[in-house]
Amino acid sequence: MSNIKKFMYVNRKAPYGTIYAWESLEVVLIGAAFEQDVSVAFVDDGVYQLLKNQDTTEVGIKNFSPTYSALGDYDVTKLYVEKESLDARGLSLEDLMPLTYEDEDDDWAEKDSIKVVSSAELAEILEQQEVVLSF
Amino acid sequence: MKFGIQINEGPYTHEASVSALNFVKAAVEAGHEIFRVFFYHDGVNNGTRYTTPPQDDINIVNAWSELAKANDIDLVICVAAAQRRGIVDQGEQERNGKDGNNIADGFRISGLGQLIEAGIQSDRLVVFGD
Repeated sequence: MSNIKKFMYVNRKAPYGTIYAWESLEVVLIGAAFEQDVSVAFVDDGVYQLLKNQDTTEVGIKNFSPTYSALGDYDVTKLYVEKESLDARGLSLEDLMPLTYEDEDDDWAEKDSIKVVSSAELAEILEQQEVVLSF
Repeated sequence: MKFGIQINEGPYTHEASVSALNFVKAAVEAGHEIFRVFFYHDGVNNGTRYTTPPQDDINIVNAWSELAKANDIDLVICVAAAQRRGIVDQGEQERNGKDGNNIADGFRISGLGQLIEAGIQSDRLVVFGD
């Protein structure tokens, strides 16, 4: 497709309690087939979506967190997590799932998809986007 | 300008749908083009013809149907979100063995690719919701 746009999905809500996070991930996976320049941001309670060791057996809702590890295979490799949102919730990068992708331009070296960025840095990244879908 | 519209909330509980309706009306009146309106999450509930609000209240579903008919606007309901919430057209009724359907005039059910396409083809994608 010649018409490549910069798409950003902005996740702002906790993974459970409402369906926004799960249905957002469905859009990201479908959207990957369109070969756009995709990035995903996690801000506010959205940072909880990437927590390690999610267990939903007590609430009886599907634990969809393993699906995030498929993003790399779909060439969704730019995951921005806002540092201020992590800090406000007592979280750090070590609390998040280690999501990686294989860089085809670098002899398939395994690289981290998650990048912790400041609010100001994220604002700059957002500024560069052409299509922003917020969930 | 060409607009794509995404609506993430159902009618009445949330103002998103009415705000989008007003936005689309204003855009059309100003001579802009609406590439597509895509209903996602509980937004799919804007497309059931079984909606029957009190007579002194706005009928949001009919308002969308009429606006779409008058201006030839493409109203698309996400199939995955619709299946979760019981919004059914004839095709879905047959595929899933349901005893009826409830989609309103002027709406159609299709996939999430229609939302991505709206993002690609439109000059601006405007999201209505929380």
